[in-house]
Amino acid sequence: MASKYSNLTFKGYRRENGRVGVRNHVVILPVDDISNAACEAVGNNIKGTLAIPHSYGRLQFGEDLELHFRTIIGTGANPNVAAVIVIGIEPGWTQRIVDGIAKTGKPVAGFSIEQNGDLRTIEQASRRAKEFVHWATELQREECSISELWVSTKCGESDTTTGLGSCPTVGNMYDKLIPEGIHGVFGETTEITGAEHICKERAATPEIGERWYKMWKAYQDDVIEANKVDDLSESQPTKGNIEGGLSTIEEKALGNLEKIGRTSTYIDILEPAEAPAKGPGLYFMDSSSAAAECVTLMAAGGYVVHTFPTGQGNVVGNPIVPVIKISANPRTVRTMGEHIDVDVSGILRRDMTLDPAGDALIDMIVRTANGRNTAAEALGHREFSMTKLYRSA
Amino acid sequence: MSIPQFLVHSPKDNVGVVVVEGLKAGTEMLGVVTENDTTLKLTAKHDIPIGHKVALKPLKAGDTIVKYGEDIGKMVGDAGEGDHVHVHNLKTKRW
Repeated sequence: MASKYSNLTFKGYRRENGRVGVRNHVVILPVDDISNAACEAVGNNIKGTLAIPHSYGRLQFGEDLELHFRTIIGTGANPNVAAVIVIGIEPGWTQRIVDGIAKTGKPVAGFSIEQNGDLRTIEQASRRAKEFVHWATELQREECSISELWVSTKCGESDTTTGLGSCPTVGNMYDKLIPEGIHGVFGETTEITGAEHICKERAATPEIGERWYKMWKAYQDDVIEANKVDDLSESQPTKGNIEGGLSTIEEKALGNLEKIGRTSTYIDILEPAEAPAKGPGLYFMDSSSAAAECVTLMAAGGYVVHTFPTGQGNVVGNPIVPVIKISANPRTVRTMGEHIDVDVSGILRRDMTLDPAGDALIDMIVRTANGRNTAAEALGHREFSMTKLYRSA
Repeated sequence: MSIPQFLVHSPKDNVGVVVVEGLKAGTEMLGVVTENDTTLKLTAKHDIPIGHKVALKPLKAGDTIVKYGEDIGKMVGDAGEGDHVHVHNLKTKRW
């Protein structure tokens, strides 16, 4: 059924595989930590490129290594990225990442440092990066249907105002845009603890709900129960959460779940950094609740705009995905307004209802997709954090 | 309607959330239940920071605290009506 949101469009970059991006980055991706220096040198040489250094990629194995590859390949494959230079210490894993990204059809070139040294690698990679920049900067945005947008969500530095205002605003947006055919995703496995009975019920079918519950329970047993030293004091809820008035993990979880609104049900459960494959709709991604890790994983899953409700004022950004900050806390809007893109503090004063709040967020999503830089982009927040499942060999 | 000092998610809740800065003990507060837009009055017994919870009725140690109409933990100390409810007197039942 057509709604007032059905005709919404945005201007994006249509990529070789048909997906649509809202940014046009040429990124320089290290395979491993010891290739960061070469990547940053290329990023410095060639203006208009972006190096994305990170901390891992050596002596990982098993599921942890698979997640590493999925995260790096997913980041390069994200439609917000026009072209990619990959640099690794040796050619094997470098090529594996190049091949993974090349499946999208976008330009990608790999370079390895052994038997070349940093300097020769930097020169060769810089020459190629320069070609990519010339090519990418001639690409034009084209008009796209709202249904082609992939919008992720995760909140941070939550407080009681996120449950009252900013999270329900995201929920209202999903209630309006999921029926229009967008892809959505929420996650934060630990932060569902306390509302797991409600989350399980929000699956599209009981079978999906059971799979979700097994995933949640496995995390609870294998990680939390195995490693906790107390009651997760100061981690869940965090110090900032407690300062903001949240007393228990249940209270935090109930506020968090407001992000999925009233009507949407999730249609599949994604591994961390896994791309959704069941078509348009809402997904759950098994992910950390740490802001940078979670946004990094969702970006690697292919999401191109992130909506981030915050109470006390989490300042996180991402190198390739614009992160839109929404706050209902009047103190946060007053004291750190430069970080907030959508002010919904009127919900607390009762001079704004959820319907216009959701519309204000949709308006900001479209403007951001069209090219408006978010607060996090303007302030240079480019946090890229790999999720590690266990110690390296 | 004037600006409320606290909001309550559900009529089942026994705590509300202070939504104004600098709330002082003794303030006659207006509250709104967001689920059904009904209003209630309450006197703050403590200075309660923005975002922190206020008891809507007398609460005893062991009582279940309800917010969003759901169990969010239990009291580990007593609180009178209008008192501050937070980590000093409220704890998860989980751990």
